[in-house]
Amino acid sequence: MSEIEMVVNGRTVTGNVEDRTLLVHFLRENLGLTGTHVGCDTSQCGACVVHLDGKAVKSCSMLAAQASGSTVVTIEGLADGADLHPVQAAFREHHGLQCGFCTPGMIMAATDMIARHPEGLDEKTVRSELEGNICRCTGYHNIVKAILAASETMSKGAARAA
Amino acid sequence: MGIEGIGARVARKEDKRFITGAGRYVDDMVVPGMKHAAFVRSPHAHAEIESIDVAAAKKMPGVIGVLTGKEIKADGIGNLICGWMIHSKDGTPMKMGAWSPMATDRVRFVGEAVAIVVAETKGQARDAAEAVVVNYKELPAVIDAVAALEEGAPQLHPEAEGNLIYDWEIGDAAAADKAIASAAHVTKLKLVNNRLVPNAMEPRAALGHYDKAEDHYTCWTTSQNPHVARVVMSAFYNVAPENKLRVIAPDVGGGFGSKIFIYPEEIVCLWASKKTGVPVKWVADRTESFLTDAHGRDHVTEVQMAFDADNRMTGLKVDTIANLGGYMSLFSSSVPTYLYATLLSGQYAIPAIHCNVRTAYTNTAPVDAYRGAGRPEATYVMERVVETAARELGVSPAELRRKNFITEFPYQTPVIMAYDAGDYAASLDAAMKAADYAGFEARRAEAKSRGKLRGIGMSCYIEACGIAPSQAVGSLGAGVGLWESAEVRVNMAGTIEVLTGSHSHGQGHETTFAQLVNQRFGVPIEQVSIVHGDTDKVQMGMGTYGSRSGAVGMSAIVKALDKVEAKAKKIAAHLLEADEADIVIENGELKVAGTDKTLPWFQMALAAYAAHNLPAGMEPGLKEGAFYDPSNFTFPAGCYICEVEVDPDTGTTEIVQFVAADDFGNIINPMIVEGQVHGGIAQGVGQALLEGCRYDQSGQLITASYMDYTMPRAGDLPSFTVSTSNTPCPGNPLGIKGCGEAGAIGSPPAVINAVTDAIGNNDLTMPATPLTVWAALKAATRH
Ligand code: FES
Ligand code: FES
Repeated sequence: MSEIEMVVNGRTVTGNVEDRTLLVHFLRENLGLTGTHVGCDTSQCGACVVHLDGKAVKSCSMLAAQASGSTVVTIEGLADGADLHPVQAAFREHHGLQCGFCTPGMIMAATDMIARHPEGLDEKTVRSELEGNICRCTGYHNIVKAILAASETMSKGAARAA
Repeated sequence: MGIEGIGARVARKEDKRFITGAGRYVDDMVVPGMKHAAFVRSPHAHAEIESIDVAAAKKMPGVIGVLTGKEIKADGIGNLICGWMIHSKDGTPMKMGAWSPMATDRVRFVGEAVAIVVAETKGQARDAAEAVVVNYKELPAVIDAVAALEEGAPQLHPEAEGNLIYDWEIGDAAAADKAIASAAHVTKLKLVNNRLVPNAMEPRAALGHYDKAEDHYTCWTTSQNPHVARVVMSAFYNVAPENKLRVIAPDVGGGFGSKIFIYPEEIVCLWASKKTGVPVKWVADRTESFLTDAHGRDHVTEVQMAFDADNRMTGLKVDTIANLGGYMSLFSSSVPTYLYATLLSGQYAIPAIHCNVRTAYTNTAPVDAYRGAGRPEATYVMERVVETAARELGVSPAELRRKNFITEFPYQTPVIMAYDAGDYAASLDAAMKAADYAGFEARRAEAKSRGKLRGIGMSCYIEACGIAPSQAVGSLGAGVGLWESAEVRVNMAGTIEVLTGSHSHGQGHETTFAQLVNQRFGVPIEQVSIVHGDTDKVQMGMGTYGSRSGAVGMSAIVKALDKVEAKAKKIAAHLLEADEADIVIENGELKVAGTDKTLPWFQMALAAYAAHNLPAGMEPGLKEGAFYDPSNFTFPAGCYICEVEVDPDTGTTEIVQFVAADDFGNIINPMIVEGQVHGGIAQGVGQALLEGCRYDQSGQLITASYMDYTMPRAGDLPSFTVSTSNTPCPGNPLGIKGCGEAGAIGSPPAVINAVTDAIGNNDLTMPATPLTVWAALKAATRH
């Protein structure tokens, strides 16, 4: 068993977990943050993506103990109160989701992708950056559209702020 | 059209919870006292179970119970069934082998459950499952349906001699033979429709809860079809009486057919909850899903198409062998028969058609409906053979199709279906225009200058949606009717709840169904809620598959809305002292036509419940229900064109353009419909280029994870050009045909026709991986 402590969505949380507990299970089962999903057991699908110290990671491929001392943001912590994050808003506006199961991971991956490309994104880059996320419903068409639109809004926002 | 009514691109109501992580899927459910299950599964494809020793497992930390097939049998839980009775052409009924929810004496595919462990944590359950010792005596296995029907093949079920489940036919064999014998040209093909794994992103899961105090069972399950799950589990499997069993399918993360069926796990979890006295949750991991979800397709077909000297189709003969896996799953027998052979006229007027289908047991996972179910297999046969014929005859594939299109409706095909309406040439024209078909040769030449082989292929599909009518499917062997139910409840303050027997697992019903209500009564969609997926809330339903939610489910809502409207008008006429016939509903108000007398919707609703001033003899309240049983299938159709570039050095195929032109009849929300087409195309392209479920000769599934089974990723696909034409369906009140499966049906032949065009070799199997394409290309250049 390991004692762990981390900041999740702005709140400090502690737990006592089996050594084999994965971060995704700690989030889902200990913290009840069920927005982060498990879609595979080989780190292929990306349904479990969260931000760890500001970077997108697959929470099924690290131990909860490894994440101790880190800052984690999950899909539940992305919106600013009642205000949706621009990526969330873009997914809704562009119908970037159907069953919604891949969606939290997609949105977390997209947010990270946009942050790493402040100069903006093109379709080819978005498609290759989505390498680690699988969606069975949308055919990606509208996911790509949503990410491009969000990137556009956010870089405009950044330009205005600068 | 209003801003939220029929035809509007309204953003989805349900998205709010999904994009904020507040969706509630079965794995998210927590019941007090809940424990976790793991199944012990067969590592062999075919073996006798000599013994199962659970003693060590029972002593493992956290273990609450270990239960086996013998115990479930002893408790009188029934075998799983196939609900479509098919008769062979000699009149004998299909041969169904027994399928116990957990195997007792023999296993017939890798992954078949033999025992369940219930423990405090999932980890402990899995650890203990590994400690269950099962002694197997391995038997020879057979994987391939053709081999399974050959003499000397290993026998799977004593009930099915030679592994033949049924030998079925449809159409006129003599007429088809005659057409072929007297044809000016006959095109012959042998085709394999590759086996697929549906792979909904949410793995299957079940949570069974037996409440001892109430003697009542609740089952949360990843189902497209909770009501049918309840009736089957109660009436056939004996798990619980129907009135004491509640089935809840909350948010479900995709289904594509694979979640229509009743699987062993939900039955076992419910039963195990009673046995162990705790709520039992099981969630599949991805490899379990690969091993045990019903797979799709897996047909081997020989086809012959006859033409006269004028290139008119005169006859079609099809011979298919279909793999149904180790057991017959709930709908399996209907897929290669009534959902397949009845569409073998395609969009074409063919005077003589005959199809023979044999199905076989093999040592593989059960095969059942997957997105399109039978229709993709039929379309693949038709559209590959037509395109091939065009090449052989040296005519344009588009013109050969156009020449043979059915143009007069209704049209009775020689294989049961009566097409009600359609305009196939319109879709063909729209697709050719969008794809700049005329400019293709120039693009091909340009690609050649870059060392690339460019090809173009098309596919004109038809499908039969909204499976119906009940009487007809009953005569074809279905175990239940295929109507849908709806209830519309107008609350006191005028908000509206619609209870539907359809189930949404990504199709956006909460939005489209609300749009329908908005169109009728002007109530904002935010004030309309859609209730589904819970047998305690909705009395009866048939679930969602076969694109039936619009054509059948919404038609039931329309019928209920008609009744609500009639009563609302009566109330308004009484309060406004007007004639009932003069009341119109507009913008959320009930008005007396031609006057300024109006009654807001909510006041009418309040009056219905306050009941202080209702017409004499009127019952208070405003709530109506309806069942709708369609009079025919609906027939969406369309044309897909795919353009590819093949790299001759590597065999890699890139889709450079994909155009879809569909006729779905009337459309409620174009945004959602386009999304359905995108998703379907991705699955169809996946089948054509990437996806293939492979067993090795001993029956081990060698594509049992996302490391081995190639799921289409964003980088594998292009953006799609989609458009619709809308010939209303005359058969239902909304003129809807259905759109959920089109993409998966129309795209595989379009893609393969394009690749074969590029490489100049028609002998290409799916998935057309780089290696397959490269080999076919080498074979072609050798000739
Ligand atoms: S669950 Fe983490 S990648 Fe699939
Ligand atoms: S929306 Fe269903 S898997 Fe992506």
